Amino acid sequence: MLKTFLIGIKDLRIAFRDRAALIFMLAAPFALTLGMGLVTGRFNGGSSGLSNIPVVIVNLDHEQLGNTLVELFNSEDLADLVEPTSSADPEAARLLVDDDDAAAAIIIPEGFTRSVIPQAGEQATEAKIEVYANPSRPTSAGVIKAIVDEFISRVDEGSVSGQVSIVKLLRSGRITPQEAQAAGTELTQRLNNDPLDGALAIKLNASTADGEALKFDILAYLAPGMALMFLMYTVSYGGRSILTEKAQGTLPRLLVSPTNSMQILGGKVFGIFLTGAAQMLILIGATTLFFNLKWGDSWGVIVLVLAAVFGATGWGMLITALARTPAQVGSIGSAIMLIFGIMGGSFISIENMPAAVQTFSKITPNAWALNGFTTLGLGGTLADLSTPITALLTMGSILFLASVVLFGKKNLVQK
Amino acid sequence: MSSILQVQNLIKKYDDFTAVKGITFDIKEGEIFSLLGPNGAGKTTTISMLSTLYAPTSGDATIAGHSITKEPMKVRNAIGVVPQDLALYEDLTARENLMFWGQMYGLSGSSLKNRVNEVLGQIGLVDKAKDRVKTYSGGMKRRVNIGVGLLHKPKVLFMDEPTVGIDPQSRRAILDTVKDLNKQGMTVLYTTHYMEEAEELSSRVGIIDHGELIAIGTQKELTKQVGEAETLVLHIGENEDPAALAAAFKGIKEVLEANVIGHEISVITPSAKDVLAAVVTKANERGIKIHSIDIREPNLEAVFLHLTGRALRD
Ligand SMILES: Nc1ncnc2c1ncn2[C@@H]1O[C@H](COP(=O)(O)OP(=O)(O)OP(=O)(O)O)[C@@H](O)[C@H]1O
Ligand SMILES: [Mg+2]
Repeated sequence: MLKTFLIGIKDLRIAFRDRAALIFMLAAPFALTLGMGLVTGRFNGGSSGLSNIPVVIVNLDHEQLGNTLVELFNSEDLADLVEPTSSADPEAARLLVDDDDAAAAIIIPEGFTRSVIPQAGEQATEAKIEVYANPSRPTSAGVIKAIVDEFISRVDEGSVSGQVSIVKLLRSGRITPQEAQAAGTELTQRLNNDPLDGALAIKLNASTADGEALKFDILAYLAPGMALMFLMYTVSYGGRSILTEKAQGTLPRLLVSPTNSMQILGGKVFGIFLTGAAQMLILIGATTLFFNLKWGDSWGVIVLVLAAVFGATGWGMLITALARTPAQVGSIGSAIMLIFGIMGGSFISIENMPAAVQTFSKITPNAWALNGFTTLGLGGTLADLSTPITALLTMGSILFLASVVLFGKKNLVQK
Repeated sequence: MSSILQVQNLIKKYDDFTAVKGITFDIKEGEIFSLLGPNGAGKTTTISMLSTLYAPTSGDATIAGHSITKEPMKVRNAIGVVPQDLALYEDLTARENLMFWGQMYGLSGSSLKNRVNEVLGQIGLVDKAKDRVKTYSGGMKRRVNIGVGLLHKPKVLFMDEPTVGIDPQSRRAILDTVKDLNKQGMTVLYTTHYMEEAEELSSRVGIIDHGELIAIGTQKELTKQVGEAETLVLHIGENEDPAALAAAFKGIKEVLEANVIGHEISVITPSAKDVLAAVVTKANERGIKIHSIDIREPNLEAVFLHLTGRALRD
């Protein structure tokens, strides 16, 4: 275990001393993020990449909360981002989504308001808002879902605890301390004395939402896209170092030291993992610092980075196990970096690609991780990342198994 | 003295090619044993098997009481290996390399630090310890390569042609280091194709050729095989034909052997001064110009020539 760790640290150190590697690992993705940010006008307050997302809203509630949500979607704040239409028929709305005429359908069920704010003498019934998402537009649908989630969570907070909600709003700068005080008093009073009068709080929350959190920063898509693309460089660089060590004699030398081959291979893998994680975290730090980019929930970011690096490391190992020389790893690695970068959505959103490419993108760590980063960028948390994280971990595990089998057949000792 | 290393009929095949064809020898504790042989003789293959890198095709060896096939981990702890080709991380400094390799040999903490400083002193690189290995000269790299093999104070040190391709000064330093280490009690298995190194360093020498150990013993024992013979080396012009002349030398009664090595002809004879005149006459008869003539005492080169009909170096 200790030796595995030490070998990994050694590789991390070597990678960060390699000027050429640093250019690919850090300078290139940073510069490309900057460049694409300039092109898309992110730095002069231009439009975000996602705009006018078509969404169908079916309001069967027709009461305060349902109406508030419809108003929210039609508000000035979201005017650029979404293009809502309304429909009376849930089936028709779903059909629009199925026909790819909308990114999502929002169906507000009858009695939604009452399920949150029970009328006197009435039993609270359960009624949930449904977001029927278009699978071929995951990012756009994600945006819609995030807006609805945000709305629901405010509704929940409003009905459960006015305090929490206000503190949160205050922290995020959505209401002023004066407003907070007034709203707080009001809410507390309401929750203590008059559970029936909840609508006010919701109205307050929704109307003070300035839409900032809901607006999608195009850099929150570009920066992870670039970082993930060059993460593929890092893992093939790390894989290549296994064969380089063989060629430069340090691998045989390790093998004649009292270190067993599992410790050595484990150390190499750990080194790739460490280097990739360091690269991602540095890029995240740098874009946060220089571009004022909000990556979102810290735990979500950390866990997603680790899962993405794990999945990518699996690819690095597979490439290494298939290649014969360090140079081969280098060229296969570069090819995969580009293919995965493009197919995984680093340049063009996956939604705009043909179905075949969208299916193919499922084997790239890029697509899954990008999906996760988009969720985080839209205000999601670790809890919302179970799909991409599971996919990345599964991908990594399968690739590791495959490469261990391939490595077993390959003689790492003799030239 | 007891044997610290016993080799029993080691064989290594690479596919159809047999690189080591069943060699048997032993090394006594505290000695420097040289494996002397030309390129491709099987020296590195032998060391690779003894250091547990390659599994032998058949045969076995014990080192410090442990079998290389059955207890490789114990063998690895007992041996230090200085590979023929440099095996270092060029982007790390000498100190970082030594620290890392020391850790791989289970050293840690202050004992690791102290040992690294000691070894840096031994290889004369204290001042340069903070520089990356890639900035070093060939000789300095060789010294670090050796240093790595010494860190855990192995009982037996394998050195595979540690002086190949370096300047005479560094070579001198390395040979002195080997002798120092041996004085401190380290047993050394040293491979080389330089006869002079084997002569200077070793108590016993094994001569290896085409995967076979063709002679083994002290230098005295080995040179005796050539008898009291001396070697006469003639350097002739580049445009001359040495083969015909060598054939002619073989007709001289006192000449035991005459071999061509490039533009040299090496003549083995019981008495150099007795054949000198005849040799020069033969050359003159053919109109071949002799640039110079050396007379050499019996040495390992002569032994190799005698045993194989070829020179150690070509
Ligand atoms: N991995 C291998 N596969 C096939 N043949 C090999 C392999 N390694 C060595 N050989 C062959 O085995 C023979 C012995 O090689 P070895 O490296 O042991 O010789 P050596 O005495 O160390 O030579 P040198 O002085 O050049 O280092 C050579 O003919 C070489 O070509
Ligand atoms: Mg060799």
